[in-house]
Amino acid sequence: MFWRLVFVLLILTVDHGNSTLMPKIGTEPSVGSGQLQNSFLPGLDNLTTTAKEGEVVEVENVMMTGVLHPSHYPARRAATVVQHYLNTRYGSPYRWVFLSTVHKGSAEDVTDIGRKYHLELTVQDTISNVSGRCSAELVFPEGAEQGAPQVNASCDELLQSNTTAQEEVFYQQHIASNNPVSGDNIPDSHGHMEPTMKPFWHLGGVASSFIMLRESNESTMYNMAQVANFTQLETENNQLRFQYHVLLHEMVSQEIIHWKLLVTWSPAEGVKVLQTELQPKCHCEVPPNTTK
Amino acid sequence: MMLGLGSAGVFLLAVSVQSGHVAQDSAFWKEETKERNYYTRYHNMTEISKWMEQMKRENPDVVSSLVYGQTYEKRNITLMKIGVSSTNRKKAIWMDCGIHAREWIAPAFCQYFVEEILRTYKTNSKLNEIVKNLDFYVTPVLNIDGYIYSWINESTRLWRKSRSPGTGGSTCYGTDINRNFNANWGVVGVSTDCCEQTYCGTKALSETEAQAVTDMLVKMSGDILAFFTIHSYSQMILVPYGHPNISAPNYNELMKVGLGAAKAIKDVHGIDYTVGTPSEILYPFTGSSQDYARQIGIPLSFTFELRDQGEHGFLLPEDQIQPTCEEAYAGVQHIISYAHDKAFYSSAATITATLWTTLLAAWVTTATVG
Repeated sequence: MFWRLVFVLLILTVDHGNSTLMPKIGTEPSVGSGQLQNSFLPGLDNLTTTAKEGEVVEVENVMMTGVLHPSHYPARRAATVVQHYLNTRYGSPYRWVFLSTVHKGSAEDVTDIGRKYHLELTVQDTISNVSGRCSAELVFPEGAEQGAPQVNASCDELLQSNTTAQEEVFYQQHIASNNPVSGDNIPDSHGHMEPTMKPFWHLGGVASSFIMLRESNESTMYNMAQVANFTQLETENNQLRFQYHVLLHEMVSQEIIHWKLLVTWSPAEGVKVLQTELQPKCHCEVPPNTTK
Repeated sequence: MMLGLGSAGVFLLAVSVQSGHVAQDSAFWKEETKERNYYTRYHNMTEISKWMEQMKRENPDVVSSLVYGQTYEKRNITLMKIGVSSTNRKKAIWMDCGIHAREWIAPAFCQYFVEEILRTYKTNSKLNEIVKNLDFYVTPVLNIDGYIYSWINESTRLWRKSRSPGTGGSTCYGTDINRNFNANWGVVGVSTDCCEQTYCGTKALSETEAQAVTDMLVKMSGDILAFFTIHSYSQMILVPYGHPNISAPNYNELMKVGLGAAKAIKDVHGIDYTVGTPSEILYPFTGSSQDYARQIGIPLSFTFELRDQGEHGFLLPEDQIQPTCEEAYAGVQHIISYAHDKAFYSSAATITATLWTTLLAAWVTTATVG
């Protein structure tokens, strides 16, 4: 009896765990030989093998309706649109907000209007680090022209943070200046920028929000990747004026999109974008004499 | 009497097994002052290659390297193998960084990861056990051509793809290597336009970089406990599959382990990482290395998207390299510990060992008494 038990235990010990010592005795599928472990649904397997080269299958994009999972992408993309909206309304060289968390979200189809989202979210000002909770409603219009999303949002305290003093100093510094300011590559390749360039980076981000808001739909998610360059133009109507060239990153397509903007700002009037111009995609290639 | 000794055996066994399960040693990311400057800066390919040689030279007993393929421009793709040598065939952990050229924080993380292991494996008991039982296979830069291209000047900084030429007389370059793997290749989340950023190539594995990884994974698949591919940005831990209608058979396990990793990350600097499949939290896409790894049987396959969430995006400032690497290290170590313990401390092993102890105790007793 005792020795039978020892025998059983010997088998158990050797069989599992120490697969470095014993070859697998065929209880598991042999995956080492390059065989594909088939976890596909039969129908979809056919999809893969019959699709011709270059034929991308459009998987039916069922729009999420009803209660949305707050950390899944439909709520997150909609909340990012709210972020862009808030920046167009309240942003400045000293106020630039980013989405922190989505708390709640829901979506519904509204006949002849489009898709309507209700969201509860928190955004954070990247400069003061002050956070604020917001409620928002947004509509992605339906139809061929697909106009800009319509947003309504209200936030608690966040946007009353006191930036007046800094903005005034910055405004005075540049409004009467005989030395128009300019800069490029903000941030640079290593993520750095001169401290004096920071407010112009923020301003570029806020100005970009006008474009990102306008261009957004349920299949996009925009961020500003970089201020390629900016130049101060002559002051007009007491507004600081700038020409900006910005690079936007669109997350779903992973494309970098170039825009030129004409931007004005004053503490009283806030940020305005007077003109936008999409830049052609550059296929200009650097000659390939790269060193190893 | 026999029962008492058997219980003692079980108890002793339980204690010794438990110490292996002890939660992450806080020394994993404790601040040290030894030569931290190097790991707080981005490094070009020449510097990274030199660094790989230096790591080998300084740690010849645990570090070796292996060239396992070539890029389009004929550069060697090299991985570092880290672990205590053994005559037995060892289990493995795979990590690759820099599939997408512009995600500079990823190669920086691979360097940090290697350095942390080499710096702490002798003194950290859990890590010490891990490097004895398995080997780390780390590729600091997979898309070497793209990475070098992104270092040329400011206008090339945001390059993503490989540097293979386009087709059909196009002047565009590059295929998205993370759409080029033979895992439902070309089905969703890809472009067939070679000028676009998610161009999946002329066919699966058209890119030599993807072929190199595939060849290694096939060779090693029975031994790989966990597969990591490191990217930026978004602060996410992605689990397979990228196709919206296909679930990994161990989705629940992947989510449990992923969420554990996200908690470990948050414990370091308070940063939130979201966990889920690409279809849930990002966008559906197929042909990824992560999907291929899961598909050939590697049970734990993860894509890490490091900082930030869009403020700096790909241009993450150097003063964020260290905190990003510290938190990502904690996340990765959580998964590695899980994978290791699952392989070397599975419940069957525990039960068997318990029975052995009991049996031994019984035999000793009968031998002395009988």
